[in-house]
Amino acid sequence: MSAGTTTASPPPFWRRIDPAKLLPQLIAPVAALLLAAVISWIALSLTGKDAAQAFSDMLDFGTQPDSIVEILNKASEYYIAAVAVAIGFKMGLFNIGVEGQSKIGAFMAGALASASFMSWMPGSLRIVLIIVVAAIVGAIWASIAALLKTQRGVSEVISTLMLNAIAGQVVTWLLNDHWGVQQPGAQIKTTGVLPESSWMPGLPIVSGTDQKVLGFLAIAAVLGVVYWFTINRTRFGFDLRATGYNPFAATASGVSAKKMVITAMVISGAIGGLVNLPRMLGETHTYTEGFGGIGFTGIAVALLGRNHPVGMALGAILWGFLARSQLILDLDGIPKEIVVIMQGVAVLSVVVAYELANRIGRRAQQKRVGAATAAPVGSAPLATASEESK
Amino acid sequence: MSTDAMLSAVAAGPAAPKRRRMSTSRILLIIAGTLIGLSLVHLLTGADDVTSQGAIQAALQAAVPIGLAGLGGLWSERAGVVNIGLEGQMILGTWFGAWGSLNYGPWVGLLIGIAGGAIGGLLHALATVTFGVDHIISGVAITLLAPGITRYLSFIVWGSGGATQSPALKPDQTVPRVSVPFVDKLAGLEKHHWFLVSDLAGVLRGLLVDVSLVTVLAVLLIVGTGLVLWRSPFGLRVRSVGEDPRAAESLGINVYKYKYYGVVISGAMAGLGGVYLSTVSSVIFREGQTGGRGYIGLAAMIFGNWRPGGLALGASLFGYTDALQLRRGSESVHALLILVGALLLALAVWEFVRRNTVVGVAAGVLGILSYVIYFTVDKIPTALVQATPYITVLVVLALAAQRLRMPAADGKTYRRGG
Repeated sequence: MSAGTTTASPPPFWRRIDPAKLLPQLIAPVAALLLAAVISWIALSLTGKDAAQAFSDMLDFGTQPDSIVEILNKASEYYIAAVAVAIGFKMGLFNIGVEGQSKIGAFMAGALASASFMSWMPGSLRIVLIIVVAAIVGAIWASIAALLKTQRGVSEVISTLMLNAIAGQVVTWLLNDHWGVQQPGAQIKTTGVLPESSWMPGLPIVSGTDQKVLGFLAIAAVLGVVYWFTINRTRFGFDLRATGYNPFAATASGVSAKKMVITAMVISGAIGGLVNLPRMLGETHTYTEGFGGIGFTGIAVALLGRNHPVGMALGAILWGFLARSQLILDLDGIPKEIVVIMQGVAVLSVVVAYELANRIGRRAQQKRVGAATAAPVGSAPLATASEESK
Repeated sequence: MSTDAMLSAVAAGPAAPKRRRMSTSRILLIIAGTLIGLSLVHLLTGADDVTSQGAIQAALQAAVPIGLAGLGGLWSERAGVVNIGLEGQMILGTWFGAWGSLNYGPWVGLLIGIAGGAIGGLLHALATVTFGVDHIISGVAITLLAPGITRYLSFIVWGSGGATQSPALKPDQTVPRVSVPFVDKLAGLEKHHWFLVSDLAGVLRGLLVDVSLVTVLAVLLIVGTGLVLWRSPFGLRVRSVGEDPRAAESLGINVYKYKYYGVVISGAMAGLGGVYLSTVSSVIFREGQTGGRGYIGLAAMIFGNWRPGGLALGASLFGYTDALQLRRGSESVHALLILVGALLLALAVWEFVRRNTVVGVAAGVLGILSYVIYFTVDKIPTALVQATPYITVLVVLALAAQRLRMPAADGKTYRRGG
């Protein structure tokens, strides 16, 4: 573009929103969730359970103050995992290894921070140390997969899955044979309890309960903002999305695909390393082998929220709600496992729904562009078309 | 040129180079080399469970589900659809296989398990072929969904106590086992620990005595898959939609239909792999039983260059490392480091000769590392023994991946007329 032709400022953002494209995108997740609810309803009814009762109990229990605290706690873990996954997704890179990155990151950070030679360190500095170490270890673990992909052409899907399994065993080995400590009366070994000065304080933001929300929620929220800014407002974010949309065009415009893979994977792994920290810093104050499973939930939440910072936040809260409110079902004699089905159906139908929404949106747009370009002679059809297709 | 002849050109893929196919003599050479290598390890370290009957039998039992998952991957990817959902389809197979066997006997149970996997495949086909969802995303979603289904069904069928596992199968609820006559007499030879002779006896007994008929079926399926995919018109069509769907469409092939065939057969194979885990390797359905074997199967298929023979080799390798943990693994893995180190160093020299420095250095470092570990510790910790198959997959793929060629249209969403 030459300077002379670009005097007009870009249109304000609301003009760039295309309702015909946006509406299906908003309807899609709602439709998918409804489908998931209907299928769970049918599954419950087929097995002779009272579905209406189950759903209303879940809603009652899930909206009590104590539940809201726990939902937000879970959501902050899920959200961090989802952001880690989404950074890869944005460029068509599948980091299925958040599970392993989160385990090994939290474990190494926990082991280092509770080691006796670290006892001189003031509490708040130790919190920073834990966050930094967990991120670095997660990044290093993810970079193995990145290097295998760029140097040896090994699919990151396979390598991150293998690295998950390896991370789990390495942690088990180091915890049980080397660095683990058994607290008096405890059955299992952990990395040793952090001194009380480095426990992250909770947030008393839910009224009606004494319980506090894990302090890491604030960091998760900041992470969401940084994620949004990086993806949408930085050169790196642009390159990332460009590589995702069309790797060939991105390469042609000077983006190094290898460099993008490594950078994206390292950032994704660094965030992945943080996933277990909300609990470790605010609740357990030590690494236990009870941590796990959140990496895969992160994939589901990223898919559900379409890698969008707000969408993923809603997805994380929804998943947190389902995980919390299912606890009431066992008291009613209804298998709480129905929630796992609900989640699975929701994820599968949401990806189908988004794909359909894309198609519908694209078709509507094509139709309008077609109608515009077929307009009467003299109405500058080409200009209209290029305007519309933005 | 007939349609099928033109299709052959499509299915051969772009500029198919000289086929480096596994000739019979090469396969025999690999088998002989492996046996001599393992015998040497046995001789040098005295680790009996490197080639004992029990170890080989366990290896075979570990290799079959991996191989079946790999076959599933092969069918799907030959039709151009990447199937990460193999793990999920395998999970469905474990549950439905166990449930069917408990209620209707082993053979019907086998079919029910296969059907469970096939339904998982159908779901994947629906999402990827009909709705054009990204293959990896759909596969991951199916793998997230499958454990939910099996957990709910377990709860419903086996009650709150059995939410994570089934009752144990009785002996008459499992597929019978067979032995090749007289081979078991070799047990006498195995006891002497003579170099090579006793090892050969152990391997033969492991492979030929007390073998489940499902294992036999799995071996037949590998051969059968090769024949159907490369020697029949049906297989030709499946492969053509994986190489160049547009060209196939132009020759009158219903691309969607053949992709559906490929993916549903894929799910069925993975389902059978699942049935094997819950009714042959063990006699109980347990949650998490698949342990990532669907993914390892996929890795075996990649290692095998999207071909049944190579896939079988990969499955044997990964199965052997998977089985090590079952029998004095700390000792066996430690002993095998001698062989692994030697192989890696040989590979390093070979790659240097071919001026492939990066791989050469990597192989050399890993080789030296193997010997450092061998001489500094006496036993590998159990947890790391359990990580052995996954580490093996990574190392093998890292050293092998670039000479491979996958189907040209693999993983790409195809839209008719698009």
